[in-house]
Amino acid sequence: MSDHILPKRTYYTIYAILLLCTYLTWQVAFFDLGALNTVAALAIAVFKAAIVVLFFMHVKYSTRLTWIVVVGSVFWLGILLALTFNDYLTRGWRTYG
Amino acid sequence: MASSLLLPPRHYLNDGYGIKSWLLTRDHKRIALLYLAAVTFFFFVGGAMAVVIRLELATPVGDLVSDETYNKLFTMHGVMMVFFFLIPAIPSVLGNFLVPIMIGAKDLAFPKLNLASWYIYIVGGLFTLYALVTGGVDTGWTFYTPFSTVSSTTNVIPTALGIFITGFSSILTGLNFIVTIHRMRAPGMTWFRMPLFLWSTYATSLINVLGTPVIAITVLLVAAERVFHFGFFDPKVGGDPVLFQHLFWFYSHPAVYIMVLPAMGVISELVAAFCRKQVYGYSFVAFASIAIAVLGFLVWGHHMFVAGESVYAAMVFSILSFLVAVPSAVKVFNWTATMYKGAISWQTPMLYAIGFIGLFTIGGLTGLFLAAIGVDVHVTDTYFIVAHFHYIMVGGTIMGYLGGLHYWWPKISGRLYNEWLAKIAAAIIFVGFNLTFFPQFIVGYLGMPRRYHAYPPEFQLLNVLSSAGASILGVGYLIPMVYLMWSLRYGRVAGSNPFGASGLEWTTTSPPPTENFSEIPTVTEDAYTYPVRVEGHVA
Amino acid sequence: MSPDPAAHHHPALAHHFADLEQQKEAAALGMWLFLVTEVLFFGGLFTVYSVYRSWYPEAFAAASHEMVVWAGTTNTVVLITSSLTMALAVRAAQVGERRVVMWFLAATMLLGLAFLGIKAFEYYTEFAEHHVPGPGFAFEPAYARHAQIFFSLYFVMTGLHALHMLIGLGLMAVMFHWVWRGTITREYSSPIEISGLYWHFVDIVWIFLFPLLYLIGRHAH
Repeated sequence: MSDHILPKRTYYTIYAILLLCTYLTWQVAFFDLGALNTVAALAIAVFKAAIVVLFFMHVKYSTRLTWIVVVGSVFWLGILLALTFNDYLTRGWRTYG
Repeated sequence: MASSLLLPPRHYLNDGYGIKSWLLTRDHKRIALLYLAAVTFFFFVGGAMAVVIRLELATPVGDLVSDETYNKLFTMHGVMMVFFFLIPAIPSVLGNFLVPIMIGAKDLAFPKLNLASWYIYIVGGLFTLYALVTGGVDTGWTFYTPFSTVSSTTNVIPTALGIFITGFSSILTGLNFIVTIHRMRAPGMTWFRMPLFLWSTYATSLINVLGTPVIAITVLLVAAERVFHFGFFDPKVGGDPVLFQHLFWFYSHPAVYIMVLPAMGVISELVAAFCRKQVYGYSFVAFASIAIAVLGFLVWGHHMFVAGESVYAAMVFSILSFLVAVPSAVKVFNWTATMYKGAISWQTPMLYAIGFIGLFTIGGLTGLFLAAIGVDVHVTDTYFIVAHFHYIMVGGTIMGYLGGLHYWWPKISGRLYNEWLAKIAAAIIFVGFNLTFFPQFIVGYLGMPRRYHAYPPEFQLLNVLSSAGASILGVGYLIPMVYLMWSLRYGRVAGSNPFGASGLEWTTTSPPPTENFSEIPTVTEDAYTYPVRVEGHVA
Repeated sequence: MSPDPAAHHHPALAHHFADLEQQKEAAALGMWLFLVTEVLFFGGLFTVYSVYRSWYPEAFAAASHEMVVWAGTTNTVVLITSSLTMALAVRAAQVGERRVVMWFLAATMLLGLAFLGIKAFEYYTEFAEHHVPGPGFAFEPAYARHAQIFFSLYFVMTGLHALHMLIGLGLMAVMFHWVWRGTITREYSSPIEISGLYWHFVDIVWIFLFPLLYLIGRHAH
């Protein structure tokens, strides 16, 4: 948490970028890019979330502890997803013979 | 110890009388006692289930209760013990009482939230008790699907909701501890001057915050699936029952570290105090606590080796499970090294401490057997597993809890308990425990499955030994209730530091004043600095 | 640090804190840790979603195609705008502009209500189209069994999200009251800041829900 007071212009700029990304994600969905559709959708979503976290939630101007907490939570969700999919993606592999 | 000691005139126990001053308190010490009463109650409910189970298992035939009733008994035993005793006991009783004092603060960061946590715990407990008295649950505390979501005809939903609600108590307590430790340390109390109990509590709190939300959503989904028939975990609709197990064990494995880490923290305090020494390798023990918390999140699949997860995933979880034993072993080595050439005094808390070290080692080593897939395939779902986790939960956690309760009892109550009775109780508990659970390793290895109320007659001798042990253990647990309660009124006044131990909690009166310290201390020494000056003489 | 006895004792300072700064830092860390629990809570649902989407991609695409896209997109814009108004409310609180804070809080709440209104309309549409899981569920037979899983996830995830929005609205109402009666000042603006953190988090959950629920297989047909 910081006492850094951002100029209103920063908030409006971030808002505009968020709207642009929403439009982009909506448009991209209408093209068949195969597997890349999901990648693109997630990449845009992650970018939008990141700028909300950094600017609207002031993490860019906050302490290192705050940053560690944010990154840590995402990393932990990553553990849940990664080790769960470690099972699902390998279920079809042959074990022997 | 001088017998002319007097209780301080003003302390947290006489600072306000009447039921409202307790039920609306914001004092972390009073909240700790509210938890003490509650967890003790739930321990005896869970214990009563265990009594019936061991009575049934004294004979090979299922003749005491029906199989449905037996299913409900072991389910409720597990639910009560895991969620309402083992997980909250040390953090919510000893942690709540000690964290602010050990850190040199007046209270936790969020006192009102602390009280709310207790109420949430009580509401969750009442929900679950309601489920128990209106017919019980028969799914096992593990709620495996699709039985729990589709076929079971018992009170799954209130139990699931009770656990969901209680989870918030854990989360908020953990959150409170983390903020307190980060933001409210006294001047001079750097991270590496903190007592190791705080490092363990911090690591436990990390697990609480990161893991409990996942069990929360999981039990919610189980309840929702029972009501709305969504089919997330039902193979008939295309769901995967193993997915439930992934979500369930993602929390429930780290949960066992929530249960054991605080006990390890207690042991560090006891070993230092009763060997009059700095804990050997302090920073290794501190980092080991964090390592256990982190690594504990990476191993959950070892509960699912035979459930249907892929062999490749099983291998990954197996290797990681071997790894998580390392920091625990580091702690055991360091406690032992602390004892070497220490000035050991064999008072009751120290008896519980060495009991912990020995029994946790056995439990932990058998955990390594189970991490090996080849062994686990044969002993999973047998009494070998039951013995393994009881060695850690009972031989470990409960011994740590009792050791801590005895060590800090003079601080909490201002009184000394009868040391001889306490030593006898500790011995009875140790003997009763081993007689109960060691035969279970053998009978499990020989093939007796768990969660069955009937078994082949050749296993009877070992089961009778186990049931006999359980009755001894039960007596052992009752004795401290008696002498601790007795000491509240008739015990000798303890004075501020009856054990001559190092630590901020021993610099304030017994019992402490409501605000903990007459003035906030400035810390200049490391933890466990001996010798300690105690009321006019060096200890 | 011992508080300077001569220093002005701010009425909002709790007795166990040394000063307002420590109290503010504790409150902020507390809210961030709570948000961590929310990440893992919703994360469990995203895990279930990911597994079944990987198992039944065509059924999920077919089901997603039936979602009311204009409602989802509009709601995304509504929530993003509410995040803007929230951020501006926080800023106004930090500089002590009481009336501006109230305007922006009111705007945030209105946008939140609009979101919930559109959601309610959506749920009604889905009910009318027999997409609510249960005995009345109907979908093209080739995908029906697995589309039901998609719609189950849809209702659970958006339902929980809506519940969090409702709680957020309650929180904003309380904050509005605190600003109105003068509790919130330039020195003590942290309650608005940490309420803002919660609100932005709820927005972030939707930022992920939107493409994952509404935009799979949009390019088909």
